[in-house]
Amino acid sequence: MFSLKDKKLANDIVSKIKKLDVNLKFMHVCGTHQDTLVKNGLDALLKKCGVEIGQGPGCPVCVTTPKEIEEMLLLARNGKTVTSFGDMINVPGEIDSLRSMKAEGCDVRTVYGIEDAVEISKKNPDKDVVFMAVGFETTAPTTAAVILKNPPDNFSILCCHRTIPEALRAIIEMGEIKIDGLIEPGHVSTIIGSKPYEFLSKDYKVPQVIAGFEPIDILMGAWMLVQQIEKGEAIVQNEYTRVVHTEGNIKAQQAIKDVFEPGDIKWRGFPIIPRSSLELRSKFEKYDARKKYEEILKELQSKQFHEPEGCLCGELLRGLVSPFECPLFGQACTPETPVGPCMVSIEGSCNIEYRYSHK
Amino acid sequence: MLDNNGKFVCLAIPGKVVEIDKNKEHATIDYGEGTRRKANVTLVKVKVGDYILVHAGFAIEVLNEKEAQETLNLFREMLSSEEEK
Repeated sequence: MFSLKDKKLANDIVSKIKKLDVNLKFMHVCGTHQDTLVKNGLDALLKKCGVEIGQGPGCPVCVTTPKEIEEMLLLARNGKTVTSFGDMINVPGEIDSLRSMKAEGCDVRTVYGIEDAVEISKKNPDKDVVFMAVGFETTAPTTAAVILKNPPDNFSILCCHRTIPEALRAIIEMGEIKIDGLIEPGHVSTIIGSKPYEFLSKDYKVPQVIAGFEPIDILMGAWMLVQQIEKGEAIVQNEYTRVVHTEGNIKAQQAIKDVFEPGDIKWRGFPIIPRSSLELRSKFEKYDARKKYEEILKELQSKQFHEPEGCLCGELLRGLVSPFECPLFGQACTPETPVGPCMVSIEGSCNIEYRYSHK
Repeated sequence: MLDNNGKFVCLAIPGKVVEIDKNKEHATIDYGEGTRRKANVTLVKVKVGDYILVHAGFAIEVLNEKEAQETLNLFREMLSSEEEK
């Protein structure tokens, strides 16, 4: 359809970066960017040119906290019909995963999107159907659009939506790693446009480029960041103009605004990040599984949650380690026997690294 | 979107709008090689023939075909203009 393949152009970009003799560290926040980087060997290629690109907290399944997983498990254990995207079902909780509970007879169903979950609730009026709504700004408007259409009363969501720009602020503020530039996620940006990132360049002098997902897009994104740094600039540039508009998708933004309000939320590996969640507005509380099933979920309120023993997903999501630095990687932790979510999700860097290094 | 194993991916897949339902909420999308599926199109303004990006069953943006075709030329220009400086 819109293939962007041009080997000469790719080589030109790489040799231009190489000539500049830089030593830079960039971060991106998208599993699909990581997939393109590893699948095509671009991570190694760019490293040779002095540009290291690593994945930050950009995998919705990975940043969902152990508490949110336990909420879903508890609802399934209490006879609710639990629906979610496929990866979520395999994330280990403290004892069970949704998959293991399904094997024990709980009603757990994988869906393609939220509309499928609503269909299940329409076809099964005697069942209480809960959809685990994970995802960033790309997925949040799909949840919003459905809530605005008044789904049946036996449908509710466990809202786990999070927003990217505030998480980027948190990672910069934490100051644990050097970030010379940010490659911003193409499809989140499709919805939000380029403006919500501007404060990062203004307040922290971080160059940013919104990039697409073809190998050329990422190389071009890296080159544009290098150019900004060479010129001493820190602005938001858009490499993915064939899809992303400066103002974003206004209809989708409006749906998000109508249905959600920002809240504070913990991300896996992070403390609470202010204003980085999307919470259902009170007028939609009949669809809020946390309100609807408050009695069931209250036992989790005072509970302390821990990362799986030895798991470095938290450090990985903060960009501090690579999968190979985790002693569990490929040994105790594989896609068949995942310990942490970064090995479960096909957007997690451990899963991506494992998939391409074991081919 | 989903991969073959039904897993969630943040990637949105491009497809062509071949027919819009009467209620204007859903459309039939052709993803090539004979794959057609319905998608919800309420978050975008589409017409038959448009290329759209679909994520988790929803069209999230209409692709700019002209811009897409010119992308590579634009990149080449950007690279060479830096060289002239």
